[in-house]
Amino acid sequence: MKFISSLLLTALLSFAGALFFPWWIIAVAAFVVAILIPLKSGYSFIAGFVALFLLWGLQAFFIDTANHHILSEKVARLLPLGGSFIALILLSAFIGGLVAGMAALTGSFARKISS
Amino acid sequence: MRFVALSVSAIVTIALIVVLNIQLPVGGSKTPRLGEFLSPQHGCWQNAEPFNKNFNASLKFPGLKGNVKVYFDERLVPHIYADEESDAYFVQGYLHAKFRLWQMEFQTHAAAGRLSEILGAKSGDKNFVNIDRFFRRSGMVYGAEKSLQELEANPTIKKQADAYTAGVNAYIKDLPANQRPLEYKILDYAPEPWTNLKTALFLKYMAWELAGKGDNDFEMTNAKNIFSSVDIEKLYPVFQDSVDPIVPRGTLYAAASNVVSPPAGADSSYFSAKDSIDPIINIKPDINNGSNNWAVSGMKTKSGSPILCNDPHLGLNMPSLWYEMQISTPGNNCYGATFPGAPAVIIGFNDSCAWGVTNAGRDVKDYYEIKCKDSTMQQYWYNGQWVTSTFRNDTIKIKGQADMIDHVAMTVFGPIIYDHTFANKLNDHKYYAVRWKAHDASNEILTFYKLDRAKNYNDYLNAISTFQCPGQNFIFASKSGDIAIRQQGEFPAKWYRQGDFVMEGQDSNYQWQGYIPQAENPIMLNPERGFVSSANQVPTDATYPYYMGGSFPPYRGMIINRKLTALNNITVENMMDMQTDNYNIFAEYGRKVLLKYLDESKLGNAELNYLDTLKNWDLKNDIDQLGPTIFKVWWDQMELATWGDEFARSKLPLKWPDESTLLESLMKDSSYKFADDIRTPGIETIGDIALLSFKEAVLKLSQLKKDNKLEWGAYKETGTRHLLSIPAFSRLNLPIGGGDHIINATKKDHGPSWRMIVSLTENIDAYAVYPGGQSGNPGSKYYDTFVDTWAAGKYYKVLFMNRDNAETTDSMKWTMTFVKG
Repeated sequence: MKFISSLLLTALLSFAGALFFPWWIIAVAAFVVAILIPLKSGYSFIAGFVALFLLWGLQAFFIDTANHHILSEKVARLLPLGGSFIALILLSAFIGGLVAGMAALTGSFARKISS
Repeated sequence: MRFVALSVSAIVTIALIVVLNIQLPVGGSKTPRLGEFLSPQHGCWQNAEPFNKNFNASLKFPGLKGNVKVYFDERLVPHIYADEESDAYFVQGYLHAKFRLWQMEFQTHAAAGRLSEILGAKSGDKNFVNIDRFFRRSGMVYGAEKSLQELEANPTIKKQADAYTAGVNAYIKDLPANQRPLEYKILDYAPEPWTNLKTALFLKYMAWELAGKGDNDFEMTNAKNIFSSVDIEKLYPVFQDSVDPIVPRGTLYAAASNVVSPPAGADSSYFSAKDSIDPIINIKPDINNGSNNWAVSGMKTKSGSPILCNDPHLGLNMPSLWYEMQISTPGNNCYGATFPGAPAVIIGFNDSCAWGVTNAGRDVKDYYEIKCKDSTMQQYWYNGQWVTSTFRNDTIKIKGQADMIDHVAMTVFGPIIYDHTFANKLNDHKYYAVRWKAHDASNEILTFYKLDRAKNYNDYLNAISTFQCPGQNFIFASKSGDIAIRQQGEFPAKWYRQGDFVMEGQDSNYQWQGYIPQAENPIMLNPERGFVSSANQVPTDATYPYYMGGSFPPYRGMIINRKLTALNNITVENMMDMQTDNYNIFAEYGRKVLLKYLDESKLGNAELNYLDTLKNWDLKNDIDQLGPTIFKVWWDQMELATWGDEFARSKLPLKWPDESTLLESLMKDSSYKFADDIRTPGIETIGDIALLSFKEAVLKLSQLKKDNKLEWGAYKETGTRHLLSIPAFSRLNLPIGGGDHIINATKKDHGPSWRMIVSLTENIDAYAVYPGGQSGNPGSKYYDTFVDTWAAGKYYKVLFMNRDNAETTDSMKWTMTFVKG
């Protein structure tokens, strides 16, 4: 239950934060959630990672579907990801997940020290 | 232990964020800031426009005077209906910014010499600092500042330009960072406010594109080192024998009212003076910049009304140089191609008439060697005394580096473009100033503003009479039945070959001695032959009393006039066929002359096969043909065999002769001096080099065949390329024929950038297409909408409606309303 709450709260705070702050607000969100909701460090990482993997991945997926892959296939040639829209969505999701996961892990370590 | 875990985890997290938050260098260029770029709420995903996007909007701006309605048709072409004229330009600026902001700013940054500010000092083999210095030292900003004053001195134009600028800025002001065009995110910078100066800069950039064609002064000067003046006349003739000028041969011209003659002693101090120059960087506009236009009178058309056609040939870029729109106010209703970056319709039509342009190609950019007292350039020798220079101190901002201050000395001739800090590669401490017509104050917007409102021939003449630079062939047709063409510009009155070579800059003798009076510019109104046309050929025959200089390709003009002479009962479809025609008139003559000199008995079987294909070719440069490739490769080898030996004598930049020079020489003489390879003991004839070059060509053709590039389309590789040369944002390998000297003048990255046909019937019947799309966003389906239609030689029928019809028609898909508030 705490895991699901962490995951949802991280995603929610990240989404809301991104409306007003730069992209790295997701790290702050994951960090804060990991401090507020106690989880084992490994679970904190996974909650943060999955939260942003899903948030960024799903947003990218829906945007891309509505766009008929026009942009993603071009950007995936530029980066270069072989022109694959799936690769670009997965890369976005992974980057978001990794940053949030690491921030959550850091948060969880910080909570253990302060408690 | 816990502290260690925390520290490591925190450091890794922060490092990860930092790395994702900066541009990483990869292979000579830089990545976007990946964290932001891939964030769905910030980065590139925000530029992925929904396929079924709804462009309806209602917007409020305090700067407006009344209401404006904009209807977008299914091609996303806006039709602006404004109660107030200045509101129309406000909305034009707003829409240019909404759909093309990045390109507007990028092009004006290039013109202002500010590329290093956004691209850094270097990328790959491009040195942006040198490119920036080149444009600034050419006097581009200096000219734009003067034109800005001229523009703002005219209350009407100032009002429209201000409204346009306010419209652009209204869009920029409300633009959140995550909605910026994709290129800003890739390069990591932000748009800045638009100004009227930027509009002036954009127009000077066009002047550079179009009025730099005769800019071979250094190459021609170097040629004097290895060629006699007799040879120079042969290699770089001023007139071609075969040319069919814009104003037909035999037209009578009054004597020049501004008679100019070369300075005393020009034979030794100019024509035979020797100098060697190899500038550090000398960027030239595309040699192919040109265009076709023609108008046929009602007596030659099926409808009985004139038809006007225009296709300007420019770089095929994405986003396109052009943006299509209609601008309608209570007093005026016009439609056509606009420049994102400038108010008004540039090429188009209104309720009464239509107009278009081709490039005049005359030389209005000359260089002078200046004698400076010392390397401070504080003083230079002029008319027998030391004169004090003024200086422009340009600050060039460089991304990631300290600013650079560039001191440019200004002389009476113009800015010193090359000096010891921006040197001749030969490092001989010489100083060269440039005098360019675009340095002068001018108000080109005024011309287009008036053309948009022209009702008849007199309005057209009045509109173009103040147009100075770049010189253009303005073509005109009206519903009332007039057709006309005039070569318009403020052209210096030059003596024979003045400014073809670098001139002595120590006194006023070699300066331009005034201008050709406007009334003496070549003009033609309602000729008996029933049509007017231009395709960058020389405007008149040799009896015109002024020297023109510059570069004038003759062949498109010949084929256009041949076709128009033959056609009667002309329909719009005839004109479409003609604009997209791939007949190669140059090859018609060229093939004949090459075959005449080729001794077929000396060819092997493989060679005879290629020769047969060439002989059976129908002279059309269609994509699936082999003939055009065989002819082109052979011709290029023939040129190399003719001139390669003589030109190899110098390592300096030289001007390769025009194709017409070789063709006309071979048609005229059976013994041609340059046919001999001066590196061999024997004397080669035209026949010898025709054979040699054909054999060389076959070797190249066999290789092309292996690479699957023998068919003309594959050989030519036409594409529309993104301004940052990003292949993923370009459309490459387009199936389109045509080429050099062909009406469909489509080359690798250059060609008809806007095709327009206007039949001036009671309800104007117009067709247009351009190789691009209305949106500059690579993530929009409207980014490249028209490219395939254009490549296929097809057109869109233009919707040109009055306000009432636009409101009720179901051809309009979206509505934007702009109200004061």
